[in-house]
Amino acid sequence: MTTTATPAPPAVRRGGASDRARSEQRLAWYLCAPAFVLMLVVTAYPMIQAVWLSLQSYRITDPESREFVWFQNYAVVLSDGLWWRDVAVTVLITIITVVVELIIGFALAMVMHRIIFGRGAVRTSILVPYGIITVVSAFAWQFAFAPDSGFINTLFGLENYDFFAQFGSSIAVICMSEIWKTTPFMSLLLLAGLAQVPEELQEAAKVDGATPWQRLWKVTIPNMKAAIMVALLFRTLDAYRIFDNVFIMTSGAQGTETVSFLAYRQMISRTAVGLGSAVSVLLFLTVVLIAVVFIKLFKVDLGRVRGDG
Amino acid sequence: MHSKGQGNGERTHRSADARAPARPPQRHHRRKGAVFCVATLLAASAFAGCSSQTGPPALTWYINPDNGTQAKLAETCTTQANGKYRINTALLPRESTGQREQLVRRLAAQDSGIDLMSLDVPYLAEFANADFVRPFTDEERQDLTEGMLEGPLEAAQWEEDLYAVPFNTNTQVLWYRKSVAEQAGLDIGPDAQLTWAQVIEAAEQTKTTVQVQGKRYEGYMVWINSLIMSAGGEILENPEAGKDVRPALDSEAGKRAAEVVKLLADSPAKAADLSNSDEGTTQAGFAADNGGFMTNWPFIFAAANDELRADIGWARWPSVTEGEESRPPLGGIDLAIGAFTKHPDLAVEAVKCITSPESQKTYTLAEGLLPTIESVYDDADVKKAFPMADLLRQSVDDAAPRPVTPYYPDITEAVQRTWHPESGVGDGTPKSAADLIVAVLHDERLL
Repeated sequence: MTTTATPAPPAVRRGGASDRARSEQRLAWYLCAPAFVLMLVVTAYPMIQAVWLSLQSYRITDPESREFVWFQNYAVVLSDGLWWRDVAVTVLITIITVVVELIIGFALAMVMHRIIFGRGAVRTSILVPYGIITVVSAFAWQFAFAPDSGFINTLFGLENYDFFAQFGSSIAVICMSEIWKTTPFMSLLLLAGLAQVPEELQEAAKVDGATPWQRLWKVTIPNMKAAIMVALLFRTLDAYRIFDNVFIMTSGAQGTETVSFLAYRQMISRTAVGLGSAVSVLLFLTVVLIAVVFIKLFKVDLGRVRGDG
Repeated sequence: MHSKGQGNGERTHRSADARAPARPPQRHHRRKGAVFCVATLLAASAFAGCSSQTGPPALTWYINPDNGTQAKLAETCTTQANGKYRINTALLPRESTGQREQLVRRLAAQDSGIDLMSLDVPYLAEFANADFVRPFTDEERQDLTEGMLEGPLEAAQWEEDLYAVPFNTNTQVLWYRKSVAEQAGLDIGPDAQLTWAQVIEAAEQTKTTVQVQGKRYEGYMVWINSLIMSAGGEILENPEAGKDVRPALDSEAGKRAAEVVKLLADSPAKAADLSNSDEGTTQAGFAADNGGFMTNWPFIFAAANDELRADIGWARWPSVTEGEESRPPLGGIDLAIGAFTKHPDLAVEAVKCITSPESQKTYTLAEGLLPTIESVYDDADVKKAFPMADLLRQSVDDAAPRPVTPYYPDITEAVQRTWHPESGVGDGTPKSAADLIVAVLHDERLL
């Protein structure tokens, strides 16, 4: 396209270049087409379908009463205290887990980065929780804290205190389980960032007499800011969609319900497809919003982490 | 990962671009053709793989998890069918809510692979109303339901038609430790009718627990429903009205039921994990050193060890008002035929075999669930395995069914949500449940 706009280059070259450009463009389309079509089928179609369904009052078990209601479902969701409560709970879980994971994850990344002896063993053992299925780890934590079968109560002499009987302690266990499970992911991303900090800078700082603390704050962290932001973005997106832990441990009781769980219950349990889709679309928009805020506001450059930017 | 791959691709493309001219277009076409060929071949072989089948038609029976006896019955009936059909079983999730979710999902997509299903009683109306299950004809009905108990049979109907054959039924009684009752000075036997207040007081006196199912799940709804009906009330006034149903639980009876829940929640006799307790944890709590009383299904008797069993007594489910008889819970599994089955006639034959008196006896003895055929209760083996058979039989007859409505899942969720946790239940709880039910059914609030 740009070639056609440039004023009068020699006729032969121009024809050749545009031919080549065109065939290259065609090649590019051929190469992308399968992926593009696949994306349309598996991503765009369900998304459009969800938006379409969210404009209807529709229950799978009562197809006759299906009707088009425009944005009424959204009005119902957004005016319902339950939605806002669930949003608040989800935000709370997100903030707690992401902050704690960042701190612990950074420490673990440092260990993995600096360790000399038993490097493989240490790295592997740090990564083990991440290899466990979330549902399984949720059950493990639930059993650990259960008043009858758990060892936590015996360990701390709490007798038959029920951790899942009130909001605070339930959320605490849910967050702990989430942190235990996903901190390794955070530390992996941070380890990649640590590896990018040039060793010469560290040495120069050392020669200038910087303390380890100063080197951490003035050299290491500024140099791996991109990696930190990307790790935060990924984890925030994940944490906001938390489902398994809540599902297994409390089934949303004691006010621990999250937004994903709300969507699941409207959609799958109640088969209220219209309302459920509205909740899902709103959840999707929130996730998009989080991504946009991170990328635009905090200027996260996704290209930086790949190590060739 | 993703961005890294893209970056590399870009770079190789650029360098290739610098060195070589673009390839002639015909080659792309040829390659594209080849790709399509391979894809079609793969797809064709995948489909061919599904269709090869030999032997008699296979019926798939979706079963709820048990100790393996439904699978055994499937084998027995396959043998008895003598080559006419065979029954394969497919396992549903553990919890009743999860079982319904999977069946609804499949049947909404018109899955013809569901020939038979074990359906928890309260969901029958929803399935029948949505035409997910096949109704039985009058002849089939006469043939299949001979000698069956009135209560379970009524629960298997929707708008006069029979949509399932009761396979087993279930009810709860008050289980107590004889030693504890003695210590509390309670003079009770199988015929006694205690009130909840009496039971809780006895447990407080003896520093033992009263175990009930109080987790936010279907089992809690079972408790609430029986409390309300024992107090002479109902959850819904006109369950058959579907969406336009009028809740009836904001009444004197609803408040009496709430009082019982609150009484236990405030009592030292409550289980430590009351708001998280299900059938299994109550069973464990009852077997523990400070176990005293429990309402639960009869399977716990079959599961108890000898030492515990010697100390277990049973009485009718507690009542709410002194001098009035209680309405114990009603559970059970119905056998229904999927509306989209390819072998409806064979499925009917299979239902007959699975719900026959012999099959029900086998099931009762192996699983501790109650038969739906009257004569099986009088069987000598059953009487021996269940010394409380007469009480169970009586409880089934007087039991309180949960509301029969196509919107049952919404009703139960709304009740569970407003009544949970137990410590928050009060005078206003029945009203908030009633309001939520109406709002939810009209899509005015989330659930």
